[in-house]
Amino acid sequence: MSYTSSSPSHLLPDFPPYWRTQIEEQLTDDERVLAWLETDLNTQLYFLSGLIVVTNHRLLAKTVEDENWQVWYYQEGLKLTYQDQAGVGKLELSDTCARLAHWYNTLGKHNAVNHLIAHFTGQLDARSAQLTKATVKQFQEQPDLVRCPNCAASLSNEQETCSTCDRETSSPSTWTLFRLWRFAKPYKWHLFAGLILMLGSTAATLVPPYLTMPLMDNVLIPYQSGQPINIDLAVLYLSGLLGAALLAWILSWSRTYILARVSERIGADLRMTAYEHLLTLSQAYFGGKRTGDLMARIGSETDRINLFLSLHLLDFATDVLMISMTVVILVSIDPWLALVTLLPLPIIVWLIHLVRDRLRTGFEKVDRVWAEVNNVLADTLPGIRVVKAFAQERREIERFRAANQHNREINDRVNKIWALFTPTVTLLTEIGLLVVWSFGIWQIVQNQITVGVLTAFLAYISRFYLRLDSMSRIVSTTQKAAVGAKRIFDILDRTSNVPEPVKPVHLPTVKGRIELRNVGFRYETRRVAQNINLTIESGEMVGLVGHSGSGKSTLINLICRFYDVTEGAILIDGTDIRSLPVAEYRKHIGLVLQEPFLFFGTVAENIAYGKPDATRAEIIAAARAAYAHEFILRLPYGYDSLVGERGQALSGGERQRISIARAILINPRILILDEATSSVDTQTEQEIQEALGNLVTGRTTIAIAHRLSTLQEANRLVVLDRGKVVEVGNHTELMAHRGYYYHLYQSQLRNIDTEDRLAELDKTSDSKVDRV
Amino acid sequence: MKWSCCQLHRNSFGRLVFVDKNHQVYEGVVPVRAFPITAADQGIALVDHHGHELAWIECLHELPAEYRILIEEELASREFMPEIRHIDSVSGFTTPSTWRVRTNRGDTSFVLKGEEDIRHLSSITLLITDSHGLHFLIRDRSKLDRHSSKLLDHFF
Repeated sequence: MSYTSSSPSHLLPDFPPYWRTQIEEQLTDDERVLAWLETDLNTQLYFLSGLIVVTNHRLLAKTVEDENWQVWYYQEGLKLTYQDQAGVGKLELSDTCARLAHWYNTLGKHNAVNHLIAHFTGQLDARSAQLTKATVKQFQEQPDLVRCPNCAASLSNEQETCSTCDRETSSPSTWTLFRLWRFAKPYKWHLFAGLILMLGSTAATLVPPYLTMPLMDNVLIPYQSGQPINIDLAVLYLSGLLGAALLAWILSWSRTYILARVSERIGADLRMTAYEHLLTLSQAYFGGKRTGDLMARIGSETDRINLFLSLHLLDFATDVLMISMTVVILVSIDPWLALVTLLPLPIIVWLIHLVRDRLRTGFEKVDRVWAEVNNVLADTLPGIRVVKAFAQERREIERFRAANQHNREINDRVNKIWALFTPTVTLLTEIGLLVVWSFGIWQIVQNQITVGVLTAFLAYISRFYLRLDSMSRIVSTTQKAAVGAKRIFDILDRTSNVPEPVKPVHLPTVKGRIELRNVGFRYETRRVAQNINLTIESGEMVGLVGHSGSGKSTLINLICRFYDVTEGAILIDGTDIRSLPVAEYRKHIGLVLQEPFLFFGTVAENIAYGKPDATRAEIIAAARAAYAHEFILRLPYGYDSLVGERGQALSGGERQRISIARAILINPRILILDEATSSVDTQTEQEIQEALGNLVTGRTTIAIAHRLSTLQEANRLVVLDRGKVVEVGNHTELMAHRGYYYHLYQSQLRNIDTEDRLAELDKTSDSKVDRV
Repeated sequence: MKWSCCQLHRNSFGRLVFVDKNHQVYEGVVPVRAFPITAADQGIALVDHHGHELAWIECLHELPAEYRILIEEELASREFMPEIRHIDSVSGFTTPSTWRVRTNRGDTSFVLKGEEDIRHLSSITLLITDSHGLHFLIRDRSKLDRHSSKLLDHFF
């Protein structure tokens, strides 16, 4: 789909239909629409549709309310600029002395805006001078680029619509439970066998009531009316009863066993797939979700679905089978009595339908509230030190109490509907029995049926209604399971923001040359990086410098591909990192973070996290290089010492050195140090610096450090401010330049001086204590 | 803050220009509210385009009328947090879902990406962030009409 058209028509094929006739009236013969933007806000920021069009002659604009088009012809000094703030974009047209017009829109159309400005500037340039013909040509060539029809984002090969648009518009279907079939498919033969067994066992349970009919009519009634009892016949019927019971027992045992096994496997597969998928999702997804909620989804929701499949669905299927078989039998014995017996059925079905909606929303609420309770726990427990330090236990308890109470209230409300439901069904059952009794007695009096037939009917329908009662319970369990399934498919349907390439490129060896071309990144409405151009040669060490919030960490997240750039591209050895398989690419990156995360396990396991098959010798060599060997040996069990969830027993510097050893072990070509030394004191920093020295040698290194002094070995320093590169050069150059870096350095120098003085003071006070 | 020695006006490009007491001229200054939702009229900072604070206004009323109008105009053109008055429809109770709403800024529709994008600012005030990061406000949940609050209720 091309965005600009070369067809003889003035308009582009996907031009908004509403504006089509209006704009056609305006265009002259040789005028062509090059780009357009539909705005959705007026200048007072009210939602109102409008249109801005760039043609090869001029710029036109109009809102729905305006009577006439506003027109500006290209002339020197015109400028079209765009800026955004808090979800609203502002497009301004100005000449050299004043602003001519401005328009607002919400951010959905970011790419269309860029397109518009590019064409506008292209046209202006073409008029102002001949030497810029190249730019115009460039924009005329652009149609070859594949663009998303919705948002005009350029697409990579093979994609039909861009992931942004896909994500926004797809809404999950209500028949979520049927989507579980995907997980049931591998077990279809087991399921088939289970179904056959189910048919058999249900049929077997229906034999006994049928036998009561001849037992009554051929044995008991004749005896009561004076004939001798027919022993043989009685034994025959009774052994028939026993045989049927035994058969039903065996069949339903094997049925339950097979189907429960299958559903257990389906549940396990589901849990596994959900977790697998979850871990492939991008950093951005985890940023927005709370841990408690995710844990509840993977853990208890899958369990609930499992229970539903193995227990409730099985029962339900049996019930349906039994009811339909019973109906057939009843009708075959006596159609009239059968009709009366089945009367309450539609009423119960209607009742079930009535309650379904209320219960479903009720249970959804219960789930959300339950996740809320979990979230309070997940928020508080990891931060327990802060809670205790600020003596806020009471408050946290109150927060939990509130969540807990909310949970109780919601459950109370759901239970109110639920509690009414079951007794009503029971009442209907009783009334149904009453109807059958009275109609049956009347028919016996009329000599239309025998006592045996009535007994058989009563035996059947008491089971029948019992099943209806349990069937009505399926409503709630189905709804619960459907909700659970939905919440799991919410995860499964989420495509990663960092998609795997359709045609992956494999780089057997990586030299480590990184190139950032015009990189821009937007986090929600905030633009956190723009127009960054930077080439880092293989083996070079580059330090990123800037105030916090200047975009240093963003840049690193982009290079690691935790997020994808929104504009421009990042290339490694000349290949776009988006065309490499994500995991393969990250294998080349060693990351040392400010807060090293140690998993629960031994020191050795933690060092070998990125290379689980590393030999002991390799682990020790890595630890030595990271200057961690000696302190590890001082631990009670050496390399086999257990470190806690967050490595509680180790100091910050020790944990950091373990994480450096981890990075050394995988021998990455690219090394990223994200404030690796800022959470430790100066002494420890020195030790870590030495450890890092070993790591940095010969690798492409990108380092962020709060203390500028730690970056002095860097070949180049890149100074960032508000998402832009402001200065590049080594320490001496930048100091000589007396720009941004100079000021940053000066202000830090003052702070460090005071820090050192404080440290000295500490030492003197310590020694005093010693003497005392 | 003494306003007698400072100046504020709007230039022909539509930008606010601030002149401080040392006669330093800053073009394109922006007023920023410190508590946009909980206390909109208290604490407004004038910042330059680097984000550095130039002046602090404790309360808008303390300003001379002409400056106050300028700042209010500028705030009005920058602040965009439509207040939802009525929810017409919601495409589904699982996310992502498309909401059609009536706001104090006209009718519109937006896409809710996930339940976590509805945040409680207080027990009655809700902030809904759409898929593009636009914020919609529900100032008082309890004052919504029955239809709207029923729809909204599904997300809690």
